[in-house]
Amino acid sequence: MPVVGVNRDKLFEALGQKYTEEEFEELCFEYGIELDDVTSEKEMLRKELATRTTGAADLGAASEEVIYKIDIPANRYDMLCLEGIARSLNIFRQRETPPLYRLADMAGKQIVRMTVKPETALVRPFVVCAVLRGIDFDSVRYNSFIDLQDKLHQNLCRQRTLVAVGTHDLAKIRAPFTYEALPPEDIRFVPLKQTREFNARELLQHYLANDQKLKKFVPIIQNSLVYPAIYDADRTLLSLPPVINGAHSAISLDTRDVFIECTATDLTKAKIVLNTVVAMFSQYCSTPFEIEPVEVVDALGDTQVYPQLDTRQMDVAVPYINSCIGLDLQADKIAQLLSKMQLSAAAAPDGSSVVVQVPITRSDVLHACDVMEDVAIAYGYNNLVKTVPSTVTAGKELPLNQMCELLRGECAMAGFTEVLTWALCSHAENFSKLRQQDDGTTAACIGNPATAEFEVCRTSLLPGALKTLAANKDIPLPVKLFEVSDVILLSSQKGCGAENRRRLVAVLCDRAASFEVIHGLLNRVMEVLQVPYAADPDPTLQRQRQLLGGGYDWRADDDSPAFFPGRHASVYFRDRRVGEFGIVHPEVLEAFDLNNTVAALELDLEPFCFDQLGRPMETQIL
Amino acid sequence: MAALQLETDLLAQVGAGQLADSAEFAEAHNVDHQAVVGLLKSLVMADMVVMEAIEHSRLTVTPAGQLYVGVAAPEVQVFNAVPAEGITLADLKTQLGVAGDVGFKQAMQNKWVGIDKSGGEPKVVRKVESVQDTVLPILNALAAGQEGSLNEAELTPLMRRKLVAKEAWKTWKVGKGPCFALQRKKAATELTTDMLQSGAWRDTTFKPYNFDALGLPPSGGHLHPLLKVRTQFRKIFTQMGFEEMPTNNYVESSFWNFDALFQPQQHPARDAHDTFFLTKPAATPASNFPADYLERVKQTHQHGGFGSIGYGYDWKVAEAEKNLLRTHTTAVSSRMLYRLAQEGFHPAKYFSIDRVFRNEAIDRTHLAEFHQIEGVVCDYGLTLSDLIGTLQQFFDRLGLKKLRFKPAFNPYTEPSMEIFSYSEQLEKWIEVGNSGMFRPEMLRPMGLPEGVNVIAWGLGLERPTMILYQVDNIRDLFGHKVSLSMVRKNAICRLGL
Repeated sequence: MPVVGVNRDKLFEALGQKYTEEEFEELCFEYGIELDDVTSEKEMLRKELATRTTGAADLGAASEEVIYKIDIPANRYDMLCLEGIARSLNIFRQRETPPLYRLADMAGKQIVRMTVKPETALVRPFVVCAVLRGIDFDSVRYNSFIDLQDKLHQNLCRQRTLVAVGTHDLAKIRAPFTYEALPPEDIRFVPLKQTREFNARELLQHYLANDQKLKKFVPIIQNSLVYPAIYDADRTLLSLPPVINGAHSAISLDTRDVFIECTATDLTKAKIVLNTVVAMFSQYCSTPFEIEPVEVVDALGDTQVYPQLDTRQMDVAVPYINSCIGLDLQADKIAQLLSKMQLSAAAAPDGSSVVVQVPITRSDVLHACDVMEDVAIAYGYNNLVKTVPSTVTAGKELPLNQMCELLRGECAMAGFTEVLTWALCSHAENFSKLRQQDDGTTAACIGNPATAEFEVCRTSLLPGALKTLAANKDIPLPVKLFEVSDVILLSSQKGCGAENRRRLVAVLCDRAASFEVIHGLLNRVMEVLQVPYAADPDPTLQRQRQLLGGGYDWRADDDSPAFFPGRHASVYFRDRRVGEFGIVHPEVLEAFDLNNTVAALELDLEPFCFDQLGRPMETQIL
Repeated sequence: MAALQLETDLLAQVGAGQLADSAEFAEAHNVDHQAVVGLLKSLVMADMVVMEAIEHSRLTVTPAGQLYVGVAAPEVQVFNAVPAEGITLADLKTQLGVAGDVGFKQAMQNKWVGIDKSGGEPKVVRKVESVQDTVLPILNALAAGQEGSLNEAELTPLMRRKLVAKEAWKTWKVGKGPCFALQRKKAATELTTDMLQSGAWRDTTFKPYNFDALGLPPSGGHLHPLLKVRTQFRKIFTQMGFEEMPTNNYVESSFWNFDALFQPQQHPARDAHDTFFLTKPAATPASNFPADYLERVKQTHQHGGFGSIGYGYDWKVAEAEKNLLRTHTTAVSSRMLYRLAQEGFHPAKYFSIDRVFRNEAIDRTHLAEFHQIEGVVCDYGLTLSDLIGTLQQFFDRLGLKKLRFKPAFNPYTEPSMEIFSYSEQLEKWIEVGNSGMFRPEMLRPMGLPEGVNVIAWGLGLERPTMILYQVDNIRDLFGHKVSLSMVRKNAICRLGL
């Protein structure tokens, strides 16, 4: 969720009321935002300095004014600045009515035009624009204006990949404008915060090498044959989107007329971004909430006028709203509640529906359910009467999980202590440390782990158990551990190419290897699973073997490099290999930093998922 | 002398009221005094005798002082070793050894000798004509055990010089205890089968138990704390009529994990920063997704439908094919709801508790994998009030009776609510989960009938467990760094009682 920092006193001024922290938290809670932190510029600077080793900054110059850091829901782009938060809360508290955003009447005036050249389709095809006239900046508003663009870039614009905003001092440039795409060497200009001219290719190289903030935007266009560029009538470059603006048209505190351009790969989002910026800052225009339109002529010669400020009308059925929330409200009451959420609404003449006008600030409203939610929020979630659905169903556990619940208890009763280890591990833990080769057919591999430890999904539970032993060397010996969990194996049986398998692992760590104890656990597990030993001559077991289609047995072999030669056996059920046990190889112990011997058992449990009559139960359902 | 005989003699002497000093008894029986003391202590334990301390002290010559007994005080040895023409300090020390070192310092202090630097190399020279050895007679007297003849003023300087030291010790006057007898009866430690069979238990004295000690810890294994809590959650769900979903598929396609949930393809959660994408198996071929359903999902994202305007972007099947480690068990819920719609809808309640994965750096409160608990109810005409009522029932069972709900945002639920509860344990409101009604844009493309609503909620398993068992580092609870002693000591989980 985006976090927006706002000056507390300015916010309270805009809200027309001072709150205690608790009161403000309460208001936030009701509306669905959250006061995340209370700080100040000085405090933030202090924290930043504390994490840095070098570089002194002037703490004294930093403001001590209280800053509220407010968590905003990810779909409320209109609340990414103080203006938007204050407006939403004021409307919610019915101190204000939602503003009517409108286009300036351009009759008899020259409309600003932006012409799009066809080459832009190769790199960043869309542009939408608007003009804010007679804007009255002070430093707080100006900073808020810049911050909003930053926040939009981070969130809705997906780090400028989808949309990038450029704002310019209209007095310094001359319409009409063109949106072009040119070879980088042909784009020459003095960029913002620089004093010399660069060509676009060298500029991007410069940012890659020297600018931590801007370098992350370079890859968006770097490999394109042509780079996007916006020019004015005098061939002055406005911007090289989505990376940087030209120095010439930079806005300042003295700027009165602001030209806004949003270039994009996603037109829907470009419109939302433009609308959000103008909706928030047109309040400071000489005629508040009036925005001057810009004509955008696309490559085919079609003209569109932006911004598109029309509200969207929705007819939402009253019974739908009531039946989803569990209320019985009249249409006019619903309309009244919706007005608190910036949705102007009116009851339809027959009262069966409400006619809702969705303003440009509420791009999150996609469906009647969004309107229904706003009714519920305005009504107050905590004012709803609790009801219990009459849905009658039977509780049921998944057979595999239920069997494992029972088996876990049995393992603990047999003296083994349960552990719970991660499904993700390093490649080495899963392979080389177990003296195994990765033939590429078993393990699912992760492409982008944030932690190097997590490279593959485990194909065995053994590494986790060994790591747990290594992390608990202070426990008196012998240590007996078990885990019942899933491993992940590549599988052509599954559409996604991998499947979970439920396994049991048990390890016994002691000064002398004790094969017979781990072997005894295998026998005990099979006993409680009602799986008879294949070679047991007891005639009473014959029936159970028939029921299951066979019993289990173990066969000495040396097919597992993780185990000590001559000290390993495979477990078979109905003549299919289902597991193994033995003494862990000394080199494996060394790789896992263990000083004592370990005997281990690992068993696939899924073949044993059958009911009391021995009928197999499905374990791979999805 | 045999220990038993010594005890018999000792008890006989105490019985006669004559044991005035244990040291005398030891001397008379020619045994070490400590052996007598050991015996006495065991008799005291048995309440057969009582002991009263007799304090003793005496002065003795220390090992350092022993060097000079019968010879001369070291300072006198030094004085005598200095010839008229003087001697270098080195020569002096070579000649006298330890005595030279100690004696030189004392002789200097006594001003018997001095250092003459006039002849180039400094030399030790005599400062007085003759000296008298006052130390030697004292050392000799003490060594001979004639302490009484000495006075404090003479002794103090020698004690300071650590040539003489005071030695203190105790001996004991012994009297009869409450259980005195001339013979000790051997007490048995434990009742035995032999005693039962022979009847000897009737005449046997038993050693008293130490009731202040703890018993022996029982052998046996232990279940993992987090999974004990999981078991209780499973019970709560099944008791409430919920059926478990099959969640044993960690590898999932973006389609079921995101697209089916109406989570747009540019959503930040779909960034590599948050989600583990797989390089192998890298993708689920689109042919594995139901073709008609895939088309409806695509249309709903792009252009809306079912009353929605959609997101208005270019939906790409390649993005949906990308494999990942599921970020939430809701991926399974979406498969189950789709299946429910295909089978022919009937009201259902589902639950699951299983692992989910987030590509996050791990710390005290975050892991890259953790357990998500999820509950889903599907029926005609379910309401937000039903969701709140269901949550109240569920959290009541966890002992979290005070709930309140905060509006929230989630791409696939509308309305969405964060669940807060007042924790009696922490004495504050804490967030305990998320909930909402699944969006029509998710449900209708699946083919669930109009009028069917689905309410759902989710919470982590780790956090309530950490609060319950007061674990402050999540890695102590889940993963190989678990503390096995914590697992051993862990109490039963009473959630749901």
